[in-house]
Amino acid sequence: MSRLQNVFAQLQGKRAALVTFVTGGDPEPALTVPLLHALVEAGADVLEVGIPFSDPMADGPVIQMSHQRALAHGTTMGDVLAMVASFRQQDTRTPVVLMGYVNPVEAMGYAVFARACADAGVDGVILVDLPPEEATEWLAAARRAGVDRVFLLAPTSPPERITRVGEASSGFVYYVALKGVTGAAHLDIADVAKKLAVVRSHLRLPVGVGFGVQDAASARALGEVADAVIVGSALIRRLVAPEGKDAIAGARSFVAGLRAALPPRQ
Amino acid sequence: MTYDLPDARGHFGPYGGQFVAETLMGPLAELISAYETAKDDPDFQAALTRDLHDYVGRPSPLYLAERLTAAAGGARIYLKREDLNHTGAHKINNTLGQGLLAKRMGKTRLIAETGAGQHGVATATVAARLGMRCAVYMGAEDMRRQAPNVRRMRLLGADVVGVTLGSQTLKDAMNEALRDWATTVDDTFYVIGSVSGPHPYPAMVRDFQAIIGREARAQILEREGRLPDAAVACVGGGSNAMGLFYAFLEDQAVDLYGVEAAGEGLATGRHAAPLTAGARPGVLHGTRSYLMYDAHGQILETHSISAGLDYPGVGPEHAWLKDSGRARYVAVGDQQALAAFRALTHLEGILPALESSHALAYAQILARELGREKVIVVSLSGRGDKDVETVAAYEEHH
Repeated sequence: MSRLQNVFAQLQGKRAALVTFVTGGDPEPALTVPLLHALVEAGADVLEVGIPFSDPMADGPVIQMSHQRALAHGTTMGDVLAMVASFRQQDTRTPVVLMGYVNPVEAMGYAVFARACADAGVDGVILVDLPPEEATEWLAAARRAGVDRVFLLAPTSPPERITRVGEASSGFVYYVALKGVTGAAHLDIADVAKKLAVVRSHLRLPVGVGFGVQDAASARALGEVADAVIVGSALIRRLVAPEGKDAIAGARSFVAGLRAALPPRQ
Repeated sequence: MTYDLPDARGHFGPYGGQFVAETLMGPLAELISAYETAKDDPDFQAALTRDLHDYVGRPSPLYLAERLTAAAGGARIYLKREDLNHTGAHKINNTLGQGLLAKRMGKTRLIAETGAGQHGVATATVAARLGMRCAVYMGAEDMRRQAPNVRRMRLLGADVVGVTLGSQTLKDAMNEALRDWATTVDDTFYVIGSVSGPHPYPAMVRDFQAIIGREARAQILEREGRLPDAAVACVGGGSNAMGLFYAFLEDQAVDLYGVEAAGEGLATGRHAAPLTAGARPGVLHGTRSYLMYDAHGQILETHSISAGLDYPGVGPEHAWLKDSGRARYVAVGDQQALAAFRALTHLEGILPALESSHALAYAQILARELGREKVIVVSLSGRGDKDVETVAAYEEHH
């Protein structure tokens, strides 16, 4: 059983999983590995690590700036893989999912990237601008390397696409809760619940929900309906907000608050 | 052999496709089906033809530039006068088509990215004409160097949004337009200005621009009684070039030349010439094509004196035409483009856009190479009124 399957199996019937996103190399490359450990200690069940890219066109301003800071520190794909490998020396249990755009993978080569992920202890990969239709080479390479393929679904995905995305995915699927970019405004939980019911009728994988988780209240509400609650922009805001203060401490208390808010299931 | 690319999923060989976030996949499928229906609908085609005639002023003339020809000392140079279109460039051929399509789909708002501002102006114009709201994304650097076009768009009622992230040029404007579209897909139509972006845009924009080549082919046959030896156009994303080339693709005797921006020189790295400078294929803005990026896959900043060519990628069909050998791609630098700008102004009384000046510069070289018996058609894709300040500033500093 993969680390991702394991986490979702253990939490089934108990509560939603908490998935946290930070960009590799942000706010500083040296902080990423300690930050990942702190997120796990604070209650994160799955770690998403962003691969910085010059043109993150599906992201809102908070994550765009996060990519820019990481790039300003010279963070490369190789660096991000090395960070995961370093994290794995102490934590062999928590799943790590890389999230990024496809061009750095094109530059490295799909097969080379998939093997490097497996070697570093990466469990799954989300490539935002690579829909299943364009992913033939990636799917084969990732399957061979034993890396999970996490694809996105959106409110604009028609039923036949939900089925297709489900067939291409493994580990979980990432449901983008609202039309727009990461970190956008308000979630209509009732609407998300209705859409999730449709999504679940077309696939069997756990469904994580992201884009729009702001605070403990939205995490609690989503935690009622989703298999995983994904938080990115709101967390990254905590990393940079306290000028001169300990970024990790800020992230830790924020994530602990989200985790405490996730409702138990009967 | 009949040329019938792209395939059903928008691929030109290994290029093209739909590399976008999931939120846009549904809307793109809707767009493909709306466009396919409109393409075969005589009412849609009639409305478009009528507007191209009465509103844009088509057909645009094919003009024999006699004094430019004499100065170059070789082949006869004909200019396809897209600069005489309403709004001053070829861009309106496409924005009119997409605007009518948007209206037909029930959309109420148009958005666009723009570099030189010509596509933004053409989109704002069509939005005014059709009674639709309009937002145009433009890099802050481009707003500075193309200030007259910013004022024109605002007069036309468009909301011009400055983009201050990244290199503050066309690629960053396109990122921001894609973000807007992902948020507003229900009521908004994204009018892409080049033969780039996700399928169906490269094919759809080409189809709307193909009138350039169709007219030019008929006009040269009438004037010269034969096809030209070469067709020349500048290539940023490559819409005026695809528009000119498309009608000639199966005329193997007609050599096709795309002219990229060599900026300060290919060796300096400060250029915008992915096809000429040995870039590799990559993925940006929804499509796979030749693309300028570093060893880690990060997109490189580009340079050209012409904002409309200042883009690290190129339309996927050009990538395919390069690989297949059907078209050749060359590059012309800032200074050569400026010299061509001055030459056409002095010799013919026509101010060309700096983008088109790249094509003119290469056409003069090619005319000398080919010799007097030959005929060249050049796409004069836009007029240079917008560039007067840029040219003056360059001359002051050099």
